[in-house]
Amino acid sequence: MTPDYYLVLAAILFTIGAAGVLVRRNAIVLFMCIELMLNAANLALVTFSRINGTLDGQIISFFVMVVAAAEVVIGLAIIMSIFRTRRSASVDDANLLKY
Amino acid sequence: MEQTVEYAHATGLLSGIWLLVAIPLASATVLLLLGRKADKWGHWLGVAAVAATFVLGLAMFFSLAGLDAEARSAEQSLWDFIVVGELHVDFGLLFDPLSGVFVLLITGVGSLIHLYAVGYMEHDEGRRKFFAYFNLFVAAMLLLVLGNNYVMLYFGWEGVGLASYLLISFWYTRPSAATAGKKAFLMNRVGDAGLAIGIFLMFATLGTTQYDEVFNGVGALSAATILVLGILLLLGAAGKSGQFPLQAWLPDAMEGPTPVSALIHAATMVTAGVYLIARSNPIFSANTTLQTIVVSVGALTLLMGCIIGAAKDDIKRVLAWSTVSQIGYMFLGVGLGGGAYALAIIHLLAHGFFKANMFLGAGSVMHGMHDQVDIRRFGGLRKYMKWTWLTFMMGWLAIIGIPPLSGYFSKEPIIAAAFERGDWTSWLYGMAALLGAGLTAFYMTRLFVLTFHGPERYTEDNKHPHESPYIMTVPLMLLAVGSIGAGFLMASSVPDWLEPTFGAEAVEHHAVMPHWLITVLSLLVTVLGAGLAWALFRNGTAKQEQPAGVLVTAARRNLYTDAFNEAVFERPGIYLTRALVFLDNKGIDGAVNGLAAAVGGSSGRLRRLQTGFVRSYALSMLTGVVLVVGAFLAIQLGWLA
Repeated sequence: MTPDYYLVLAAILFTIGAAGVLVRRNAIVLFMCIELMLNAANLALVTFSRINGTLDGQIISFFVMVVAAAEVVIGLAIIMSIFRTRRSASVDDANLLKY
Repeated sequence: MEQTVEYAHATGLLSGIWLLVAIPLASATVLLLLGRKADKWGHWLGVAAVAATFVLGLAMFFSLAGLDAEARSAEQSLWDFIVVGELHVDFGLLFDPLSGVFVLLITGVGSLIHLYAVGYMEHDEGRRKFFAYFNLFVAAMLLLVLGNNYVMLYFGWEGVGLASYLLISFWYTRPSAATAGKKAFLMNRVGDAGLAIGIFLMFATLGTTQYDEVFNGVGALSAATILVLGILLLLGAAGKSGQFPLQAWLPDAMEGPTPVSALIHAATMVTAGVYLIARSNPIFSANTTLQTIVVSVGALTLLMGCIIGAAKDDIKRVLAWSTVSQIGYMFLGVGLGGGAYALAIIHLLAHGFFKANMFLGAGSVMHGMHDQVDIRRFGGLRKYMKWTWLTFMMGWLAIIGIPPLSGYFSKEPIIAAAFERGDWTSWLYGMAALLGAGLTAFYMTRLFVLTFHGPERYTEDNKHPHESPYIMTVPLMLLAVGSIGAGFLMASSVPDWLEPTFGAEAVEHHAVMPHWLITVLSLLVTVLGAGLAWALFRNGTAKQEQPAGVLVTAARRNLYTDAFNEAVFERPGIYLTRALVFLDNKGIDGAVNGLAAAVGGSSGRLRRLQTGFVRSYALSMLTGVVLVVGAFLAIQLGWLA
């Protein structure tokens, strides 16, 4: 089984995630799409690690997981806080920080 | 021919020469610092300070006279004034025969005028301030004549300029007085700049500004350097002394109180230019071209002053133009060089007496006539003001040079000296001086007759002229005595007295006509001028200014010199200023403001990119990533190669 399929799968997952970030409004969904993109990247890293026979890619993917975990904690806290004040989780409504 | 100049150290009484400057300065400081608290007695302090200085100066003068002729000088270095690199300037004073006579003139005539001013300024609220400035002037003037180097002279020079400015615009609420003060200040700046550059040049070429070192070093300079140096010094002298081409400020300076006109703008400060040239005699004697320039300035100015003075109707303006003209005689004298230096100084001293006398007389007339200054509205004052009339008559006879009054002994030798120059220029300068004598007699007689004789032409509110109080007439009497006696006294003693300063008189004479003939001629033109004026104005004059011919109109307009200055210097200056203001407003400000507006405007448009929509930011990030990855791929796959 060639590793190419894993790379193609990673590309497809990343594209789905990116498209989701662009087209959806709900912050929770957006968040899940971002997770999808991160995991697509992880998959690509692990695949390259396998192809090259080194452990670098796998180590980086651990880093990505740690960062993603931290990000989820902070991001969900922010989303909770926004939802409490505005009774809405739509990212288009949170547009105060502008010109 | 080089004569070494050397000054002895001050000893005994003469080691106190610094007191001459310090006493009036201290009095001025007290008067200015105490303010209104000194209003009651301030004027007496001012008089006492100058009188004390006079007594001290007199004692020092006799102490100096008691020394041997070769050792008649006293130099005193008080402290280092300026020490920068090669430049070393002493705060040093020098009391020698030349400064000695000036000290006596300044403090002697100054005391009398201070005394007079106590009466003249009695009803003026600013009398204390007036005396403070007056004392400041005396201190600065004494510093000017007592300095032992050119920087000290310049220090005093600027000091008297300041005092002159303050006193001309003393009645500063009157626009004309404020303007006259500014005019005097500006025109003096032109001359002072010349003097300053002259001092710089002196330091650049000789490395010193001490009188003795400069005079001993002049011989080593090239003729061109001496010429330039002399012209710069002459420019300074002309500015301070109201000589052509910087004469226009002096007549306007008459806006100040009359004692100021008498002391500063007739007797002392305006003669500082003559002092400067006389003091720098080794420089001026070293170059004949330079002397010719000085003589020409003197001759031209003396004629201008006479012609304009003959057409003026303001009593103080006539006297002011007369001052310009008489200082022209002094410049003529110092320009002739040799023995004529002493003659110029004698005329300066004699002029100090009779012109101060006449100015104070004019002040007395104004005092009795409610500040009327128009001689067309005087007449017949002889009956009401006996003392003023009598003392003014002495001044009048002295200035036109009737023997045995002082003007005869001081002016006639200058005319004779002008004829002794030795070539055709003798005729030019001699004739100018002779013509000036006739014109002087004409305009002074016109002034005297229109003021004190003839029918009364007073204005309606001015029917009862009165004589001034004794505090004003007593100084007049003393000055009149000086006008009578000083000439003969000085003509016989001053040349010998000044010999240490000017060197022995050269014996060579190239007279183009015998001396007795010149004397007769000058007396003749004097009597002719006076007689003509007497005949013309004995019956009074029109009460209003009448239309007149070309020459009289020109003279009334100061020979168009003011118009010339306005057209050549003032107008282009104003246009230049306007052009620069326009350039500043439209050009420089426009560029700066335009740049700011461009940056502000474009940033206002740029910030619209911050929409606040998270998803549009995400789109732009994605686009950027796609572009970067695309470019990366293109390079990797060699599409761009």
